[in-house]
Amino acid sequence: MTRTLQGTQAVQPPGMTQRFWASTSRVIGKLADEPLGMAGFLILALLVLIAIFAPLIAPYDPARQMLGDALQPPSLAHWAGTDEFGRDILSRLIYGTRITIQTVLSVSLIVGPIGLVIGVVAGFFGGRTDAILMRATDIVLSFPSLILALAFAASLGAGLGTAIVAISLTAWPPIARLARAEALVVRNADYVAAARLYGASPLRVLFFYIAPMCAPSVIVRLTLNMAGIILTAASLGFLGLGAQPPSPEWGAMISSGRKFMLDYWWVAVMPGVAILLTSLAFNIAGDTLRDLLDPRHARS
Amino acid sequence: MIKVENLDVVYGSKNASNHVVRSVSFDVGRGETLGIVGESGCGKSTLLRSLAGLERGWTGSIAFDGKPVGTARNREELKLAQMVFQDPYGSLHPRHRIGTALAEPLRAMGLSDGWSEASKALRQVGLPEHFANRFPHELSGGQRQRVAIARALILSPPILLLDEPTSALDLSIQAEVLNLLADQREERNLTYVLVSHDLSVIAHMCDRVLVMQNGIFVDELTKADLAEGVTHAAYSRELFESSFL
Repeated sequence: MTRTLQGTQAVQPPGMTQRFWASTSRVIGKLADEPLGMAGFLILALLVLIAIFAPLIAPYDPARQMLGDALQPPSLAHWAGTDEFGRDILSRLIYGTRITIQTVLSVSLIVGPIGLVIGVVAGFFGGRTDAILMRATDIVLSFPSLILALAFAASLGAGLGTAIVAISLTAWPPIARLARAEALVVRNADYVAAARLYGASPLRVLFFYIAPMCAPSVIVRLTLNMAGIILTAASLGFLGLGAQPPSPEWGAMISSGRKFMLDYWWVAVMPGVAILLTSLAFNIAGDTLRDLLDPRHARS
Repeated sequence: MIKVENLDVVYGSKNASNHVVRSVSFDVGRGETLGIVGESGCGKSTLLRSLAGLERGWTGSIAFDGKPVGTARNREELKLAQMVFQDPYGSLHPRHRIGTALAEPLRAMGLSDGWSEASKALRQVGLPEHFANRFPHELSGGQRQRVAIARALILSPPILLLDEPTSALDLSIQAEVLNLLADQREERNLTYVLVSHDLSVIAHMCDRVLVMQNGIFVDELTKADLAEGVTHAAYSRELFESSFL
């Protein structure tokens, strides 16, 4: 046995970093063919950079009040104008990206794995497990998500943390249903039958064979959900149940700008534009991601 | 090597039941290749899946190498018989590299991490070792079927169950895959059960052929019978005439 092996050149698993770079460069190559998708990803990358380097980029302190400069229109000194307390809106928007990105990332990181595991387990095991998990999903799905989020935020107390928990509680059922639908198809595939034949345990089949096939559509769905998460977070902020003042949450900024909207449009419009651009970028990026990850939707 | 007695497979419950395999019995000797032919829906694939252990709803008895096996198999019993599927595009995981696909049986059985065996198995089926780093979509249908055969053989099972292994391939590739199967049979003294509706494939590979209709065997032919075109039942005559015309 050992002698025959010595004569052969053993194939080693290729290095993870090497694989990572190879696939990354392939994805970027494909992205270059889709200028719109590229734009979406660029905006998202820009947002992440802004969120990380907010203190370096922002021209003013987002909480510094200059009552003498209140409600100034956009100018060279204040590119997006000032609000009713004389705070620089651009600086507040820049700091607001931190809250937005933080919300979106935490909700996605909570919702993605939970939805994937529940859906894949339900789809793979079927029978009673499936019935119990899917009825639970149906119950949560039957609540209007914003109302449920409102109820949670109201009962747990307002704040960014509870907003994240509340949105997560309502966002996982669609992911679970999607993962279940994929798992139902994949579990009958010949490669799963072959895996059973060579004695792969159910857990191994579940996480090494079925979950990888469901992950791409879950990731795409999550990315498309992110726009909805931003809007829900902004709505909660608008209603005063999200991040609390004086933190520069975009929804809360629109809410406070509402009072001055007719005479001082920029106070409400600037955060609105930020929300619009971000949601749009997430939607475009999600769409492009679907084309890249899911060959069934590939454009010819 | 394989002994099957009174095997029944019934789908559905009392009123809407479908009796797919009706009390069939046969045995296959060591090193023999048994062919099973019949039209679609006659129960030949169900029979094969029952042998493999994928179909759990059978009654009767199946014994491999003198040891009876049940509907649920343990690892030792699974190691006795492996299967090659019809569709090479569906039987390999699209997101596992070839090396991973070949190493998986050994890892799942807890035998080894499988990487060195994977390259050896690739060479045995006539594929270069660097294919281990490729994904299934980077291979042709014939190459994939070779990988599927290598995967079935990597646990060194004495029995290989073949479910129309060449019907998804075009003619020139079919011959290559059949020759590979014949070579492996010589080399490892394997016992094959080959299900097909392609009589030329059956005639090329098999020592003995069972003709199946509506869940029962209606005829048994030897290699000599096949060569001379002798049949013993009206249905097998009909089947042979329609396929050789």
